[in-house]
Amino acid sequence: MKPKPSKNPSEDVIDQNLRRVFDETLEEGIPDRFKDLLAQLKQQEKPTDGK
Amino acid sequence: MENEDPRDQLVEHLPAMRAFAISLTRNGAIADDMVQDTLVKAWTNIEKFQPGSNMRAWLFTILRNTYYSSRRKAKREVSDVDGIFTESLAEKPAHDGHMQMLDFRKALAKLKVEQREALLLVGASGFSYEEAADMCGVAVGTIKSRTNRARARIAELMGLNEDEALEMTDDATMSVLSTSKVASF
Repeated sequence: MKPKPSKNPSEDVIDQNLRRVFDETLEEGIPDRFKDLLAQLKQQEKPTDGK
Repeated sequence: MENEDPRDQLVEHLPAMRAFAISLTRNGAIADDMVQDTLVKAWTNIEKFQPGSNMRAWLFTILRNTYYSSRRKAKREVSDVDGIFTESLAEKPAHDGHMQMLDFRKALAKLKVEQREALLLVGASGFSYEEAADMCGVAVGTIKSRTNRARARIAELMGLNEDEALEMTDDATMSVLSTSKVASF
């Protein structure tokens, strides 16, 4: 995301807030449920699991 | 790089997918369920991913399809899905305590879903207008206009540039009235 020249100050405010909303989630990293899920999916790979 | 299993890269895109899903649905639990579904679909359909193409765009396409199909399902069950989503927003405290941030979240929640989506894809997820148009299956101009309308509406709701807010009123009122229409262009 590159800072582009904005037409008006409201765009800056909106972009800043968007970034903050997103960063809040990005900073959480990857919740365990997703790590577990990926591990599970990987596990199922080896034997042919017909699902 | 080329011999790598593309599935190993899925994890890198998870935080961005969650950020998008949470802002789109305004509900962390629903968002994470959506991301989980997307992950499973991507994993089991990985052969459909074109090596060398934009994996994030591919994943976001699956994610938004998941969103719209669950939204259609939810609409059949409860009439006022958006009202429920909006209510759940009140439970979410502003972590940083800034009033402006809270106002922003509220404004974002009030957007028509396709406008919010366009703004999140272009303004926050780092996609180009072209990529976003591709993902949403609409023209580039449509994404541009949705993004512009989203910005204008947020500016109006947050009381930014007051002078321009007045001319937005009719359009904004219309967009509130037709919130339930997914594709209105």
